[in-house]
Amino acid sequence: MAGGELASKTIHELRALIDAGTISPQELLDDLLTRLAQLNPSLGAYIDIAPERLRRQLREEFSADRRGLLWGIPITIKDNICIAGEETTCASRILRGFRPPYDATVIERLRRAGAFLIPRANMDEFAFGSSTENSAWLITRNPWAPDRVPGGSSGGCASAVAGDLAIAALGSDTGGSIRQPASFCGVVGLKPTYGRVSRYGLVAFASSLDQIGPIAKDVTDCAMVLSAIAGHDARDSTSAPVEVPDYVGQLGGSVKGLRLGVPELPREGLNDEVERAIAQAVTVFEGLGLEVEPVQLPNIGKSVAAYYIIATAEASSNLARYDGVQYGFRAAVHRPPSTVHSELMEMYLRTRTEGFGAEAKRRILLGSYVLSHGYYDAYYLKGMKVRTLIKRDFDEAFRRCDVLLMPTSPTPAFRLREKVDDPLQMYLSDIYTISANLAGIPAVSLPCAFSGEGLPIGMQLLAAPFREDVLLRTAYAYEQATKWHLRAPQVRGER
Amino acid sequence: MGVVTPEIVQRVARLARLQLEGQALAQMAAQLDEILEYMQQLQAVPTDQVEPTSHVVPLANVLRKDERGVSLPPETVLAMAPAAHPPFVKVPKVIDA
Repeated sequence: MAGGELASKTIHELRALIDAGTISPQELLDDLLTRLAQLNPSLGAYIDIAPERLRRQLREEFSADRRGLLWGIPITIKDNICIAGEETTCASRILRGFRPPYDATVIERLRRAGAFLIPRANMDEFAFGSSTENSAWLITRNPWAPDRVPGGSSGGCASAVAGDLAIAALGSDTGGSIRQPASFCGVVGLKPTYGRVSRYGLVAFASSLDQIGPIAKDVTDCAMVLSAIAGHDARDSTSAPVEVPDYVGQLGGSVKGLRLGVPELPREGLNDEVERAIAQAVTVFEGLGLEVEPVQLPNIGKSVAAYYIIATAEASSNLARYDGVQYGFRAAVHRPPSTVHSELMEMYLRTRTEGFGAEAKRRILLGSYVLSHGYYDAYYLKGMKVRTLIKRDFDEAFRRCDVLLMPTSPTPAFRLREKVDDPLQMYLSDIYTISANLAGIPAVSLPCAFSGEGLPIGMQLLAAPFREDVLLRTAYAYEQATKWHLRAPQVRGER
Repeated sequence: MGVVTPEIVQRVARLARLQLEGQALAQMAAQLDEILEYMQQLQAVPTDQVEPTSHVVPLANVLRKDERGVSLPPETVLAMAPAAHPPFVKVPKVIDA
């Protein structure tokens, strides 16, 4: 068997086949692993795969309880979500060999829903990046065009889902790391409301911004995975005690009369084809009976500056724990030639200098600088105040609208190495996604067009806190009306 | 060079336990300078009457019952350490003689 016949299907299609007894989870896993063996070497979506171990786990450890929503479905996991006993490195040398002694809450919940876990999708080191080029291990290619990036930081997840090397995946989104790669790869990616999904067991990047969410082939699959992972968790004190609605059950519900806000956005760097795609999407929504109106988000142009202050400040603090003492990588220490500092200090310096890649160092330095004495008020405090203004802009917009529509990224997927030496340009490519993290609101990216060169273009829908139901219902209505999600790439190396 | 110099970057690097020298330091300083320069645009936003937001969801003082929970066994935790001498984690010499 060539593999991929089953791997190209959605969760809801596969569930139906499994329920009917047409296929077994073993056949599904075999099909997926066959395709993985064939295509992962060229795509680089996974850091490593252990086919025999996965087959054994399915035989020996997999739950026989078929009632779960995701029973028998393989779900791919980004390398920053802890799975007990599985190496989890955040694509960083500093966590090489780290095997967490516990499962993240989302992993527990996926297991409970009957899912079968496939570690570990490639990513930018510690989720620092928008192209997955900052992985310490390998680069990931875009299935639509091998010379293009898959986006980042959840680039391995998006590339795998788009290339049918995964059925669906869990990524994390701190400033667009689920939505932007979903957009670049032509799949659906959802960042839930801050607090909707437990962060327990997600390796922290920026604790006030991080959220785990699904990347999937369509809106229904996104809703299914979200249903499995959402809800309060006592082990994450920032998770919200808010009831989880039935996301899947109400997908076909009416969207007529919903108010769709179209914000006026900074147009610097906005690609013409992306702009036209959004305008066409507005027409589709009008056809679906939504009431379209312009809205203002006056402070959104300041979001990149505010975000990269807050995110790097939190990152520098979170990454202080990697010191070579309790887990992960420790550099070999030889007695320093001078007596400038102790052996211990030498160990810290070498471990962190050898363990972190360039972008991680850049962010640690930026974050340490903006938090340091004398600069705190001018940068960090100012950034948090501007965050308040951005949040107010959204509060105001959601008083008048149910859903907002904007591009996910100003451009389709850019070329490998195009921005790798220009960090500011890389940061600016996040301009449309980061405000949702600063405001804590849910947002979904889904395909809405293809460029002249055949690259997917994504649009983003945003809703008020905890209104993933409205978001998914609106996205589903659009998806059913347009069918962009049914297009699939011909992956290089495919036989 | 407007905002930061290589000397400032090196001092911050030291505090963050990172070593940066030569060309790598010069390049890092230039990139940080460009980014910090870009961030200066926030200075033009009037925020005197604005409270800072550190957390977006209105949750305060999340408490739990003061009850003993299950912790990881010490052997499991020590097994993750690059060097251990149970029941301790082993580190290089802290104080020079």
